[in-house]
Amino acid sequence: MDLLQFTDKGIYCAQAGVYLDPWKPVEKAIISHGHSDHAYFGHKYYLSTSIAMPVIKHRLYLQDNIETLNYGEIININGVNFSFHPAGHIPGSAQIRVEFKGEVWVFSGDYKLQDDGISTPFEPVKCHTFITESTFGLPIYKWKPQQEVFTEINQWWLKNKAEGKASLIAGYTLGKSQRILKNVDPSIGKIFTHGAVDTINEVMRKQGIDLPEAPRITNEVSKDDLKGALIICPPSAVGSPWVRRFLPYSLGIASGWMRLRGTRRRRGADRGFVLSDHVDWDDLNTAIKETGAQRVYVTHGYSELFAQWLNEQGVEAHEVKTKYEGELGEMAETASTENEDGTKNDTTTTQP
Amino acid sequence: MKHFTKLFTDLDQTTKTLGKIKALVEYFEKASDQDKLWAIALLSHRRPKRTVNASYLAQWANELSGLPDWLFYESHHVVGDLAETITLMLPAEFEESNYSLTYWIDFIKALEPLEVHQKKEKILWAWSQLNETERFVFNKLITGSFRIGVSQQLMVKALAKYANVKENIIAHRLMGNWSPDINTFQDLLFADEGTDFSKPYPFYLAYALEDEISSLGDPEDWIAERKWDGIRGQVIVRNGQLFVWSRGEELVTDKYPEYHVMLSLLPEGTVLDGEILPFKDDKPLTFNHLQTRIGRKTISQKLLKDVPVSFITYDVLEWQGQDIRTCKFEDRRKLLEEICSKESTVLRLSPRVMFNTWEQLAEERARSRDFLSEGIMLKRKDSIYRNGRRRGDWWKWKIDPLTVDAVLIYAMRGNGRRANLYTDYTFAVWDGDQLVPFAKAYSGLTDEEIRQVDRWVKVNTVERFGPVRSVKPELVFEIAFEGINKSSRHKSGIALRFPRMARWRKDKLAKEANTLSDLNALLKITENT
Repeated sequence: MDLLQFTDKGIYCAQAGVYLDPWKPVEKAIISHGHSDHAYFGHKYYLSTSIAMPVIKHRLYLQDNIETLNYGEIININGVNFSFHPAGHIPGSAQIRVEFKGEVWVFSGDYKLQDDGISTPFEPVKCHTFITESTFGLPIYKWKPQQEVFTEINQWWLKNKAEGKASLIAGYTLGKSQRILKNVDPSIGKIFTHGAVDTINEVMRKQGIDLPEAPRITNEVSKDDLKGALIICPPSAVGSPWVRRFLPYSLGIASGWMRLRGTRRRRGADRGFVLSDHVDWDDLNTAIKETGAQRVYVTHGYSELFAQWLNEQGVEAHEVKTKYEGELGEMAETASTENEDGTKNDTTTTQP
Repeated sequence: MKHFTKLFTDLDQTTKTLGKIKALVEYFEKASDQDKLWAIALLSHRRPKRTVNASYLAQWANELSGLPDWLFYESHHVVGDLAETITLMLPAEFEESNYSLTYWIDFIKALEPLEVHQKKEKILWAWSQLNETERFVFNKLITGSFRIGVSQQLMVKALAKYANVKENIIAHRLMGNWSPDINTFQDLLFADEGTDFSKPYPFYLAYALEDEISSLGDPEDWIAERKWDGIRGQVIVRNGQLFVWSRGEELVTDKYPEYHVMLSLLPEGTVLDGEILPFKDDKPLTFNHLQTRIGRKTISQKLLKDVPVSFITYDVLEWQGQDIRTCKFEDRRKLLEEICSKESTVLRLSPRVMFNTWEQLAEERARSRDFLSEGIMLKRKDSIYRNGRRRGDWWKWKIDPLTVDAVLIYAMRGNGRRANLYTDYTFAVWDGDQLVPFAKAYSGLTDEEIRQVDRWVKVNTVERFGPVRSVKPELVFEIAFEGINKSSRHKSGIALRFPRMARWRKDKLAKEANTLSDLNALLKITENT
């Protein structure tokens, strides 16, 4: 029997009796990171990295049923060694390494190779079998260096400010928003956040992650303060009455999907910034090579196509169906409803 | 190219009319006359001739990327646009260059006589000289499908503002047969009238009436006609020649040899507005019949006999060489009735629908299908003939479409704004326990509904055939359409005119959808008229 199996509840290790990122309630769940398509409600025990824990605990209203490990630290469950390794996706995100009798599997969770300045940078982990995401697993998806994208964002903000407009930038609440906040040039002007973003920021600040000041938008914030300011909000806030108070404003969306002109245009954004927390085509291929894996399972994204590509490259690859939602992500961005406290009303949202 | 690329980027980055006008004016102020002319041409869908086969471009881009063909093909389906796919697949490296828009257009034109391997060499060099956005613009110039959300009206506004010339004059000058190869920017914008005898007037287009008919006020102020289901056209007799324009600003004189008699029916200096309509034995034929004539380069004697075409005229824009568009419609109509007093099977007057009350007109509208008409056109008696689509003086009051409930069975990704979304659907009705596909539809859903269906398709795919997915037969949609005809080309044996999704019937199960015999019954009803 394979060390890890793909079941209708999630990725299962029978020897240890634990699931990785399960989407149905189980006894023991090892969680790669806090996005809602990976960290579900209702498990009995949770295990995450120490950095990811506070957000997961907050979002899932957990009490004491979550334990943590530092990156590289090993826990042995019935002879199986589990450890977390940086995935570079969002703060605290991890690849999960599973070792039993010398056989090593790694489950990537979501990951990127670019150093975003806020997440612990990705580290390749040697393994026999690699389970990878493929959200952007087509050669049309290529990211520019992060610095170039933030230069674009800063220039856009400056221009809007000069025209007396607010700059509204939409990015996923957990991860993208903090990455934006951490990397924009705060000397340009004031930065504000939507309540859902601010709540996550507060959780992170409390655990010692250094984030620039960015007060939450309340009714007390004056119209003058908003003029020329940068406001970071979740994609779900776009098109809601909430954004009316910022008029006149320019809307930017930060997402890997903005690489396609069609997506940019239909989202009605003034600007699309190609900024993703997932690997692009080149990095996906690099990452797989560096694992040295002989066998690859491809989960969410363009999984069928990417598996075919790997097979042609001489890597044994299989498509796996999971509930992780790479391909569906873009849609979920707008369909989701996000509470001001950063918790979710539905569990279908994912990181674009 | 830098200026034009900047214009393209600016236009692409704003959804607001004022922003677009501003970008255009800024461009006109910076660009050379020749570049301006080309920009206007490109934005009004006048393109340089295609000199390189698109599949070669794809092949060369793919060679440069070093990836297998199938991966390019699949990526193309996700991106939904060939020029963009090529751009995204090309290696990022380039040398900064600054050639003008006109330079690149001449470059593309000069490719025509070359051998394939020479073309390849040229194209690879061009790609090496352009950054990513410039490459996209260049690829669009070659593949010839520039859609950047600039309507004719918007460009007219921008040009009027830049050149300080009245909008209606600009609109007229931009019509017809000019080309950057023949005309200069100066003569396009500022030349005297009368040098181009073929030049049509901008069409006046009506909006659909959405309010109650009674909102139009006194019936006495209005003239009603039937709305014909043909092609809008303009017939011009000037300088002893005949010119026939379709609304798509295409010169179609040669496609309708029947119209040559116009030269003897109409005096010099006449321009008529009307409908190109197939007409036989004093009865209009369906649009389906007209379709057999559209797109044919040579018209056979048999086709001329089977599908003869008339011009149903409903307005006169020029008379005795005078532009009379500012005369009252009532007066133009009177003149038109005199012009058409000679009986002809080719030139026919669109008859007035007489009515005293809105109720009477509603009854007439209800009889529209008897006349193979789409409804009623309403024109205010004192209205002038305006440019483009305007509210207020002209309205179309269409009949309610026919509808059936159908099951979604296939979905394909869309293009442009709908790239990477499953938006193109095939629908089926029941024939016993089989589902028979009978229509494709792309429009009618809200963006939110599209996202929901897209998501549903991705989760409920049964099989993939290249870009097409077959899905579980579960979702039911009400399909609206304007007409129904027999068709030997379709498995179902029928073809619909302008099918679209009227609404998503979430309240219905697949088994409650309509049947093929329901469609055949509709076919009988409409055929008997």
